[in-house]
Amino acid sequence: MNDTPLRIGGLELSSRLIVGTGKYATMAQADAAIRASGTRMVTVALRRVNLTDRSEGSLFDLLQRGGYHVLPNTAGCYTVDDAVRTAMLAREIGLGSLCKVEVIGDPKTLFPDPIGTLEASRVLVNEGFTVLPYCTDDPVLCQRLRDVGCAAVMPLAAPIGSGLGIRNPTNLRIIREQITEVPLIVDAGVGTASDAAVAMELGFDGVLMNTAIAGAADPIGMATAMRLGVEAGRLAFLSGRIPRRLYASASSPLDGLLA
Amino acid sequence: MALQITLNGEPRTFEAPLTVATLLVALDMTAERVAVERNRRIIRRAEHAATDVVDGDVIEVVHFVGGG
Repeated sequence: MNDTPLRIGGLELSSRLIVGTGKYATMAQADAAIRASGTRMVTVALRRVNLTDRSEGSLFDLLQRGGYHVLPNTAGCYTVDDAVRTAMLAREIGLGSLCKVEVIGDPKTLFPDPIGTLEASRVLVNEGFTVLPYCTDDPVLCQRLRDVGCAAVMPLAAPIGSGLGIRNPTNLRIIREQITEVPLIVDAGVGTASDAAVAMELGFDGVLMNTAIAGAADPIGMATAMRLGVEAGRLAFLSGRIPRRLYASASSPLDGLLA
Repeated sequence: MALQITLNGEPRTFEAPLTVATLLVALDMTAERVAVERNRRIIRRAEHAATDVVDGDVIEVVHFVGGG
């Protein structure tokens, strides 16, 4: 496929799919699914080391073996301070200064707190992070996030883990029209490959997902489907779809019909 | 002499003297894979050996886990 790489901050990614590393049954399954997705960037979370049970497989080995760009999130943070503290600790581990900013506003929907998200993003940009905020699909908020220096803006398709697909394509279209300076990634809510394709057909630069792959009956199969969905949607976008029309337009010539 | 610290939210007892570096060794943790906070201040890896852990300290040791 003749396409430019996805550029985020100073990075160039050959894949437009970003995947999470959570919710897999085993580390081996995560490894295989992430490989099948073709991704070059994966999200991770930061948590306390479990002092009593050290049996968990090593995510660190998976990250290093795959050579992925690592995008630590601030999942579970409800305040700006917690998000900034989490990002700072994640950077200290030493796998780069990317940060997926998440400041959650409500535990049931996991919708982000837009005000906290903007403030945390501003602080972390000033601290030298490459900031990718997870945010609501509000065009004005997305512009503000761009304006404070985020390297990409990542509006949601639907609530995290819901698999509902793209709930508000018209807002996403507006956001795409208004924001051209930084990449736009659809983050969260994708359920299946066609959702990923639709996100790309809307002109988004990439898609970020976790549950849709990790929660599928066959995560490796779904990771492959998502890779193809993103590629298909991207190629369709670049190729310029036909306009929608209400009435038919014959595919076969009208001339030369039998009398 | 024993010293009491709060480690990842749990009370723990260690023998003094203790530094961040010797604490990680005692916990069988690889410094390159974790980040450490002492009393809400990040202790950079280069400072681990020179940073004493003293009675009453609140220590957090964090790492990457699977997440979205």
